[in-house]
This record gives sequence, structure tokens and C-alpha cells, in this order.
Amino acid sequence: MTIEAIQEELIDEFSMFEDWMQRYEYMIDLGKSLPLIDENLKTDDKLIKGCQSKVWLNSEMQDGKITFTADSDAIITKGIIAILVRVFSNQKPQAILDANTDFIDEIGLKEHLSPTRANGLVSMIKQMKMYALAYQTQLKN
Amino acid sequence: MSFDVQKIRNDFPILSRKVNGYPLVYLDNAATSQKPQQVIDSIVDYYSNYNANIHRGVHTLSQEATDAYEASREKIQTHFNAKEAYEIIFTAGTTHGINLVANGFSDILKKGDEIIVSAMEHHSNIVPWQMLCERTGAILKVIPMNEDGILIMEEYEKLLSKKTKLVFVNHISNALGTINPIAQITEKAHQVGAAVLIDGAQSCSHIKPDLQKLDADFYVTSAHKMCGPTGVGILYMKEKWGNKLPPYQGGGEMIAEVTFEKTTYATLPHKFEAGTPNICGGIAFGAAIDYLNSIGFKAIEKHENALLKYATEKLLEIEGLKIYGTGPEKTSVVSFNIEGIHPYDIGTIVDKLGIAVRTGHHCAQPIMDFYKIPGTVRASFAFYNTLEEVDALVNAVKKAKVMLS
Repeated sequence: MTIEAIQEELIDEFSMFEDWMQRYEYMIDLGKSLPLIDENLKTDDKLIKGCQSKVWLNSEMQDGKITFTADSDAIITKGIIAILVRVFSNQKPQAILDANTDFIDEIGLKEHLSPTRANGLVSMIKQMKMYALAYQTQLKN
Repeated sequence: MSFDVQKIRNDFPILSRKVNGYPLVYLDNAATSQKPQQVIDSIVDYYSNYNANIHRGVHTLSQEATDAYEASREKIQTHFNAKEAYEIIFTAGTTHGINLVANGFSDILKKGDEIIVSAMEHHSNIVPWQMLCERTGAILKVIPMNEDGILIMEEYEKLLSKKTKLVFVNHISNALGTINPIAQITEKAHQVGAAVLIDGAQSCSHIKPDLQKLDADFYVTSAHKMCGPTGVGILYMKEKWGNKLPPYQGGGEMIAEVTFEKTTYATLPHKFEAGTPNICGGIAFGAAIDYLNSIGFKAIEKHENALLKYATEKLLEIEGLKIYGTGPEKTSVVSFNIEGIHPYDIGTIVDKLGIAVRTGHHCAQPIMDFYKIPGTVRASFAFYNTLEEVDALVNAVKKAKVMLS
């Protein structure tokens, strides 16, 4: 599936909810269903800076596609990173670099883009794009 | 005057707004307080009617502004019971005041001298002293605290010696709400000849300190914690220290005479007030002090203690909830966690219900390290909060717990 198609799918899923509580409950469920990552991967160099909660983001490159795995010690943050993993994992670096992130607004999570939220949604996206850029550079070389 | 919380709330326009569709319940008062109409009016009045630069102009506006600014200094002097108005130095806030003192001590301290701070300090109270120690070769010592969040006074006494030059402690911990025994701390420090700096950022909205009785050498606080505007605060320093410490910043206002060969400095307080100050802020700070005194600190304390007691009882009914800072002497701050739930998650959910609390390490990471926690949820109450708002908090936390478990 393309990034756009996954984003459309998420917008569809979130459009079913009537209020913020249902949206957050779904996000919490997404957080809980995020596959566990190896404890060995939860190292300081995998931490995303700028979050009130801890977020570890790991990436691997296979067959020209990046796989992201992640974890967090806060469940709402884990829900947010789960959404991002679903959107950006198993994609080619260039597709990740080209992707826009307007869907975040459309699924009602715009408030998490504010720098005062300190949950690092912006940092998470930036970090994923940084990995994509690094792998893309590797591919070109 | 009897204490009527509903009437008081009418003075605060912001308290009638809604957040996320719910009435705002503002419980982040330890971060900053809300402002009553009287303070807002004083700001509008200044800019509408007598905005001018102070201390130098001979024109009427400048004199009016100077009079109002200096009248505010005298109000602050009276409020804190400082001996002289010139012992009150206007600053940009608590952090500025601390840095001013730290800078002054960099000329006084020698290698091997010691500075004592407490284990429950805000980062702004740790970092300037670490920087000072790096510059001077002085050594930083820390008064430890116990599980209840109370400073261990026996350990403090052991740290004191002839080498101690400065003791620095907050009046009230921002993360825990503990009221520290500052009179006792000051007395012991003076016995070994050390100076004492008290950080009153968290106390001045709850307690009216008597600076002459307390006998501290320095006392700092910020206007915005006590219903005044941001960007202004005071540093109280005893006259002898005012004469001893060198100026912090050079500029206009702080000079007596300038030639290219030599500059002589102005007398107190202007020696430490370089440049055009926050005139409006200083005047509004005076209006805030008038406002708080019109309610009365006894009434404020009584109401806030009732809020603290009720909130503590109700929150502890929630299974798995633990409160940090459980000493008998504390102000209306409740710092807590629920077992197995990250404080950030609780803060996010209760915000959706219109409740403003603080989550995180509250700029006091050493305290969080002590308890081995990533942070806490902190509800801090002011005199304009109500028992119904405590109920709203408790219900929201219960809802968050259900959602997050």
C-alpha cells in the first residue's frame, strides 16, 4: 500500500468516531497493539529528543524498504508512534521523504503538532524522515 | 471582609472561559497565576495614560511614571517588610535575581569555598551555582531530603562549616509543595558566617514573608506567580550586600558619572537596574500586591489549606494513586502518579476535560531521580479555585485511569 492509501485508510477509520474520547481510546488501543520491540533496542541513541515521555525509534533497511519499530513509556505517545509506524513502515526512502503529513490534522490530532505538547510528534516525523534521508543517501552511493 | 470565592472569581476574566468544551479548571498556579481585572487595568492605564521613560525626564508624564514605579517599590517594601525601599531591586524575575547574586559572588568566592543548596531545588537554582563553582573553584554541597520530601536538617548542620559562604534554598518546593524551615536554615548559616539566599517564587502567592524577621541576606521572587505580569520580579538584598556586590550589567540608569577614564556607579537600587526597566510590569506588580492584600493572606491560606486537604483526601481514594511530598508543612500543591500510568497520559486526558495541570519533571529532575520516576502530575491550587474544581479534577483523573488502564 502506498503512504497516501494508508493515510486515507486512517482518515476513514477516525471519521467513524463521534468525540475525542472514542478517538483517544482507539489511539490507546493502537498503542497497546504496537508489536513489542527487543529491550536491547531501547538504547539512548534510539531515543527521540523533545518528548516528555520516552520514545525509542528503530529502523532497518531491507529490499530497498525501511521498517520502523518503536516503543514508548506513555500509552498515548505509543498510539501516536503506532500510527506513524503504520504510515511510514515498509516504504521506500524516497516515498517517506516525499510524503506530506496533512492527515494528522484530518484525524483530529492537530493539537499534538503544537510545540507545547512536548509529546514530540513533530520530532518523531522528523526522525523518520532523517532515517529515510540517510538510507536514501546510502542507496545513491 | 469575608472570603467569597465566587466574588473573587469574577475578578478573573480568564476563569470564565471554556477549554475543549468544558469550563476551564486552572490548576497550574505553581507555574503561573491568573491575573485579576485590577492588574490588567493597571497595565492598560499605564500605556493609555502615562507611558514614559522614568527617572530622567523633567516632563509631566515621566514624573507620573516615575512616581508610580517608585510607589510600587515602596508597596513591595512594605509588603515584604524590608527595612529600606532601596533594598528592593526590580529584576526580570526570580531567575534573573539568582543570576545577579551568583555573578556578584564570583568576585567574592575563592577556591575551596563552599555553597550549599537543597535537594529539592528548581533547575534555575542549581545551574547558576554550578556555573559559579566552575568559575571560582568553589564546591557545591547538597542538603538531602527524606521520602516525605522534607530536608534533613541534621545533615544540613553537618555540611555547615567556616568554608560555607552561601546557602541557597527555596522557601517552598515547586515540585512537592514542601515549606522549608527557612528561618532555622538562615539562623544556622549565619552562625558560621554564611550568607543566605531564599527563593520565594513558590511562596509569595501563599505566604507573606517578613524579611527583617527572617533575616535572610537575599530573597527573590517573580510577580507572575502572585497575580502580576510576567517579566518582572524582585531581588531583596540587605544594604550591606548591596554595597558589597559589584553591578551585574552595565548601562544607563546604573551610573553616577561616566568619563572614558572611569565610571562611578549609582547608589542602591539603581546600581543593579541597568537600562530602561519593565516600568509597566513594576507598576502592575504593585497593583497585584494591593489586590492580594485586599483579600488578605490569612484568608488565602485558610482557603488554600481547605483545598489541599480536600484534594489530598479525594485523590487518595483512587486506587494506586501515590502523592509525592507528604510532609506536614506544605502549600496547596499535590504532586502525584497512578501506578502503571505515565503522568503525561493523565495530563493529556484531563486537559481534554478542560483541566490544566502540569506534567513532567517540573524543572526539578533531581527530585524525580530521588523517587525514581519520570515525572508527576501536579495540581497546584490558588485562592480562586473551588472545592467543585477539586471534584472536577478527581473525576477527570478517575476517567483517565479507566481509559489508560
